[in-house]
Amino acid sequence: MTTFLNFFGHTPLARRRALWGLALIAPNTLGLLFFFGIPVLMAFRTSLVEWNGIRPPVEVGLGNFERLFNDPLFWRSLGNTLKLMLMIIPTGIVLSLGAAVLLNQKLVGRSIFRTIYFLPVVTSTVAASIVWTWMFQTRYGLISSFLAPYGLGDLNWLTSPDLILIPIAAVTVWQRIGFEMVLFLAGLQNIPRSLYEAAVLDGASRWERFRSITLPMLSPTTFLVFILASISTFQIFDQVYIMTSRTTRGGVGGSASTLAYFLYDSGFGKGRFGYASAIALVLFLIILVFTLFQLRFQRRWVYYEAGE
Amino acid sequence: MTDRQPSFLDLTVSLKLVSYAILIIGAFVMVLPFIWMVTTACKSPPELATLPVRWLPENPVCYENLGALYDQSPNFNRYLLNSAIVTVARTLGQLITCSLAAYGFARFRFPGRSLIFALCLGLLMVPFQAIIIPEFILIRDLGWLNSFRALIVPGIFSAFALFLLRQAFLQIPLELEESALIDGANPLQVLWHITLPLSVPAITAFAVITVQAAWNDFLYPLTVANTPDTRVITIGISLLQGERNTPFNILMMGSFIATVPMLALFVVLQRYFIEGVSMSGIKG
Repeated sequence: MTTFLNFFGHTPLARRRALWGLALIAPNTLGLLFFFGIPVLMAFRTSLVEWNGIRPPVEVGLGNFERLFNDPLFWRSLGNTLKLMLMIIPTGIVLSLGAAVLLNQKLVGRSIFRTIYFLPVVTSTVAASIVWTWMFQTRYGLISSFLAPYGLGDLNWLTSPDLILIPIAAVTVWQRIGFEMVLFLAGLQNIPRSLYEAAVLDGASRWERFRSITLPMLSPTTFLVFILASISTFQIFDQVYIMTSRTTRGGVGGSASTLAYFLYDSGFGKGRFGYASAIALVLFLIILVFTLFQLRFQRRWVYYEAGE
Repeated sequence: MTDRQPSFLDLTVSLKLVSYAILIIGAFVMVLPFIWMVTTACKSPPELATLPVRWLPENPVCYENLGALYDQSPNFNRYLLNSAIVTVARTLGQLITCSLAAYGFARFRFPGRSLIFALCLGLLMVPFQAIIIPEFILIRDLGWLNSFRALIVPGIFSAFALFLLRQAFLQIPLELEESALIDGANPLQVLWHITLPLSVPAITAFAVITVQAAWNDFLYPLTVANTPDTRVITIGISLLQGERNTPFNILMMGSFIATVPMLALFVVLQRYFIEGVSMSGIKG
């Protein structure tokens, strides 16, 4: 009995405190384990069965994964996700870094600009995607009308397999700029002013200062932005669902399908829960790689700040 | 500092002008979709298909379009109300469970503390899409499909809020809490009377992003609650979009109404939004 009690602490006070601590953490911890921990374990299990959610599941071993890697739609969705990364991440970084650098200057009204640039971040992706669906409408959409003088007014942005990823990338970038800008602004404020002053004394031009001080000193932030954008690109779902819901549902031949959309469609559209769980595990593994990179790097980042 | 010397880093007039020009163009592009949403919401059907594109409706028919929205989607107010209920319940729920847990982790020693905390943080690395299938099965097996329980209960537990609030609580000087404990207060009283009031900025930042995430949530409600009584607003407007015949002026009216609460909240609590959203991003 004594050893058991000692487990919680060596004095009555310590034991009482330990019990308080356990009681305080119990609701959230148990809730997290039940609603998120159990599904994580279930995901592994479900990926090994064939199951439509109603009839009893059938063991198929690694069959789901085997079928997955032979499924053209899987490769298509993965490819689309990578294409979206190429479209979204560099555009987002350039625009948000530009905005941050401009707003880091002594300018009147910069908080107003910051507010405006941030507005899309708080907008729901569903509403944003609906608005951009309208903007990208053939002929009568705002973007088509801008492009009409160049003879591009009749492009079928939302149904053409070659174009559909552009509207999806556009709305995503629009919603990310404000967020990435805030991260860059924080990064810019951490660069010691003395570096710039020394560079000015050495006769460095504005561009040279940007290239040899701002950019290298911002590299931790840029890396963070890159990782976060990669993770969120792999999670793109709402945009695809909304922008193709009127027309092709995932694009002609899956031309708009992302991994997350493919997962949803396999599970809830086609009722293949086991198969969808296999997709989920692949998605999880990919995101995990980025997350681990982020964690490794964040430690360095914190150290960086502390050492300054 | 600027008085002492004309800093080398000050902008020349021409650079200032260029900066403003770029910023203004950028701002215009960023608000363009909002402007387009609002003006379209007041256009009459023929004006949706007018070339060249008409920026402002000639005869605004906002009120008529609002009526048409409710004709098309008679439950629209119900969806708004459902979103409000779910948002408030999740936020308050998280505030309770996560501030208790954060306080426990921040101030008490007990066996397994670091392990349990690490497990909770580990859950942060799992993207929600990766567990959407088993989550659905779990909710279904509980018999919770198409209920407010499904929309609310899992949402009141959060590893992220736990992490955030623990960080905030750790910054509070121990002495303040100790003197209250010596006066005979129990930990709950200390939490309520001392720790929470001192953490108001962090709690506001957390609340604001929780509200935003709950209001804008789509994938989860899409899978577990899709009946007229339990649909939230994002599902409501996605249904409008999915129906081929909903014209865009009505769609824009619906999107506008669904967006306004968060935009208004943002304008009022900007600082906390920006703080909270950048923190939530760093968690990934």
